[in-house]
Parts: sequence; C-alpha cells; structure tokens
Amino acid sequence: MFGKRVTVFMGHYGSGKTFVAVNYALALAKLGRKVGIYDLDIVNPYFRTVDAEAILKAEGIELIVSPYAETNVDIPAMNARSYKMVDDRDSYAVADIGGDDRGALALGRFRDKIVEENNYDALLVLNPYRPETRTVEGTLEIIKEIETAGKLPFTGIVNNANLGDETTTVDVLKGLEFARRVSEESGLPLAFTSVRKDLRNLIKEEIGEVLTVEPVKYGNWI
Amino acid sequence: MSEKVLLKGNEALAEAAIMAGCRHYFGYPITPQTEVAAYMSRRMPKIGGTFLQAESEIAAINMVIGAASCGKRAMTSSSSPGISLKSEGISYLAGCELPALIVNVQRGGPGLGGIQPSQSDYWQAVKGGGHGDYHLIVLAPASVQEMVSMTFKGFDLADKYRVPAMILADGTLGQMMEPVSLDLGEVKEYDKSWATTGTDNHEGRNIVNSLSLSPAQLEEWNISRYERYRIIERDEVMYEEYMTDDAEICIVAFGIAARIAKNAITEARKKGIKAGLLRPITLYPFPKKPLAKIAERAKAFLSLELNMGQMVDDVKLAIGCKKPVYFYGRTGGVLMRPEEVVDTLEKIGKGEAQEW
Repeated sequence: MFGKRVTVFMGHYGSGKTFVAVNYALALAKLGRKVGIYDLDIVNPYFRTVDAEAILKAEGIELIVSPYAETNVDIPAMNARSYKMVDDRDSYAVADIGGDDRGALALGRFRDKIVEENNYDALLVLNPYRPETRTVEGTLEIIKEIETAGKLPFTGIVNNANLGDETTTVDVLKGLEFARRVSEESGLPLAFTSVRKDLRNLIKEEIGEVLTVEPVKYGNWI
Repeated sequence: MSEKVLLKGNEALAEAAIMAGCRHYFGYPITPQTEVAAYMSRRMPKIGGTFLQAESEIAAINMVIGAASCGKRAMTSSSSPGISLKSEGISYLAGCELPALIVNVQRGGPGLGGIQPSQSDYWQAVKGGGHGDYHLIVLAPASVQEMVSMTFKGFDLADKYRVPAMILADGTLGQMMEPVSLDLGEVKEYDKSWATTGTDNHEGRNIVNSLSLSPAQLEEWNISRYERYRIIERDEVMYEEYMTDDAEICIVAFGIAARIAKNAITEARKKGIKAGLLRPITLYPFPKKPLAKIAERAKAFLSLELNMGQMVDDVKLAIGCKKPVYFYGRTGGVLMRPEEVVDTLEKIGKGEAQEW
C-alpha cells in the first residue's frame, strides 16, 4: 500500500470506488506526500469526489474533477487537467474511475503513459454485497469486462465489503474470505481491506493490510 | 453472505419488479432513473425476459399496453419529462382497464428542468397527467427498502383492480444506496381471463379497448371504474404516523421529504416544539381520514414538499380547512435542510408564518 505513484481504483458500479479513493488519498496526504485525486467518472453525475471537497482541501489534496459533477449538466465530461495524472510525475495520483466497463473506457487515453512509466497499481474495489459481485464467477466476469474496456490489467483487489451503516465486523471478515477466493481464481493479490474506523479495533483476526476509513457523509440529514 | 444486499434505489426497484414476475420491461434512458433500464438490460436476457429500449418514451408506454393486454406483468420507467411523454399512453392504459407499473424517478422541472431530485410531479401523478376520467394508484416510497416493497405492492394492486399503478420516487431515492432485504413473499396470481391470448373456447372475443362508439356506454365504463376507485379509497390507503400522539404541529410529507421531516422533528422537540409527521405512502388513495383525525387534536399542519406547493391543497381538503395549513418547500433540485424546517415550525408556533 502507498508504494506506487499512480493508484487507479476501478470496479463494479456502486462498489465504493469513490469512498475508497477519497480515503486512500487522505491517507497518502497524511504520510506527507503531495497528492492529486482525479475524478474520471463519466458514468454518474451523483455522489462524486466533489462531495468531499472540503475534507480533501483541508489536507492539501488537489481535486481534479469535471466542473459539471453534481450539477444539471449530465454529460460524460473530464477535466482537461486530468492529464496531470500522467504528466506530473512529482506527485502521487489517485484515480477514481466510473463503474463497470462503461466507466473504465475513460482510462483508455491515459493507459499508454501509465504503462510506460510502470509505477502504478490498478485496484479492483470489491463489495460482495453488491448484486453483480456476489459470486466469484460474476466478479471474474466484471474483471474481464473492465480490463477489456480500460486496457489496463488489474494488479490487486481491495476488500470493501460493506452494507452501509449496517456493516458489522462479520461482514468485513466474510468479505475478506470472498476476496481471497476471487484472488485465488483470478491470480490477483489482495492489496488491502478497507475498514471503518469504529470497526477496526473490534477485529482481532489477522486480516492483512488495512486502510482505515472515515465515513464520508453524503447528506446525512436525509 | 448475510441476507441483505447493498442496492441503489433504482436497482432495488428493478430487482423487485423481476421478483414480482415482471418479464416485460420497455424503457428509454433518462437521468436519474437510467439504472433501472441498465439493470433490466443485464438481468432480463438471463431469465428469459424482455428488455427493450424503445425509440422513444411514447413507443415504450405503447409496448406496455401491448404486453399488459396479453395479461403479462409489464412496466416502464422514466423521469419527469419522460412521464409527460408517456401520459397519453397512461390514459389509454386506464381506459383499457389494464394493470401495469409506471415508475417516475422525479427530477426538477418544468420543461427540461434539471437532473437533481424533486417532487414536482405530484399533481401529474395524482390529478391526471393524461386526459379523461381516471386515477392511478400512486405509491410513494421513502427508502430503498420501500422501493422494493412498493414495487411489489404496485404490481399486486394493479392486477387486483385492473388499474395502472405508479411509483412516485425521486432522484435521491433512485441514486442512494441502502442495505435491503429481498425477502418479499409469494406473488399473488389474479384471474386474467380477459387477456387477449385466446378465448379458451368461450363464446365471443376478448377485446382490450378504450374506444367507445356510444357515449352512454363510455359513461357506463367510467362509472363502473369509479366504483372500483371507491373500493380502492376504502381499502388500500397506506400511511405512517410518527410522533403524532401529542403533536401540536403535524407535518405532512412523503418520500424523501418525510425523511428530512423526521430529522427536523427530532431537532424541534429538543427545542420544545411538539411536532409530528403523517407520511402518506399512497398518494392516491390519499390518507384523508387519518389526517382528519389528527386535525381534531393538532393545532396546525405543515405540508413539506420538494416543489412550490402541490400536495398542500389535498391536506386542506382532507381536514376540511378546520386548522391552519402552512407550506414549506424547495424546488428545482434543491433539498431542504432540517434547520429550515425547524425554523418554519418555530415561525408557525409564534404566529409569524403565513397560512397557505
């Protein structure tokens, strides 16, 4: 974790990519690194990195996002400054890619430079409580679809098993077991498990690398 | 894995429709309901169902008429401007006495409006939209779990009474993710011997039609349908009451606004304002009786809506204008914060607010 200059988060629609990417960027910044977070979501205009803008800014993280995110302009747009992700090799880049193969298409134009620099992780964010990644077979299918569209092979898996506010430690551990099975079948190593701060200390088992995450509240008054 | 899954409102609704036996989905993409179509496009081919992206909303609703005529559980989904386009077909469904489910994941209007959440199609849903004498059964979910249960219920009620039903959701409910249980129980089967799939050797033909050549006959059809509406109004009203027992001000809110209302009530009670909530779950039939009952003890009503004031008229009618009714709303895709609601409640308490 935190070793590579570029970390790309991809996965099934609604698997928690934005949530993990924001927390990963925050963790990198806390290590004193210069970080930019690149929101390359061309699928969904809702629940975007821009919701965490204040927290990101407070940690000195540069947010590169389409100015149309969370507005009424429903077009698949990317910020022109997104090229910094591959051109500015002095800072760390965390990329939040839209869901499924449709979202991964956005990665195509950066792919050659990412591969050429060869200092990246491409991580599958996996939540087995989402409908299409409940089985190993379903997950392998989605891995294949995303890799075909984004042309960037995955290098690891993130266990992001959760049921929103109702998540328990049991869910995290079951998710880990599932992620290990996907890892065996796909040959992709388990990169880390994302665990909510209040659950972290309740888990006594050895679960490998952990990214402790803070819930980023989207409209908690609803 | 635990029995719950983490679903977006739109996905939950689509899966519930499939579980309710819907195998015929006709749609056309529009934000913020596109996930319904996307989900159906992936699932329907795997279970032998039909997903069809029509050339337009008008085509899609007419395909629903076709499938429903054959006695099949059929649905279409859209968002506000798309529902306007479907309105002619919805009127035809009602005239043909066909059960079907129409889903509106509302966005801001009028016109092309915006893509952020709204409740400004209340009038369209409960007062027509299409032409002629008819009602839709209108269900207003307020959680992802209710997106599931109301979809299930919508198909059931539509079949039971041979009327089209509508889910009136909004962009927030469509997009938000919550853990849900998909344990829905048995799908009830209803007699569909009227379906245009053959006569089963009985005499005469099965005809599904909304055209009448005789005014007297058309009147008769309408009267007979309204007799069914009276039964629906008597038997199918659904609502939730929250802290209404001692409430001096009763908020009336549905869908996402009702969730904001609950948070506001918690804050208001900390300040000593006795507020409660009546949440209509069926917008047609509207919970008139429970509101009239609350009017016997509450001092005032506040209709809380994500529009410029639509349901508020029905609140006044339900209570026969016995108590003052106030309105607070945000529109255009803007959600209200609980603080704004508490502020309004305070003003009502001090007599500083203006009645609707």
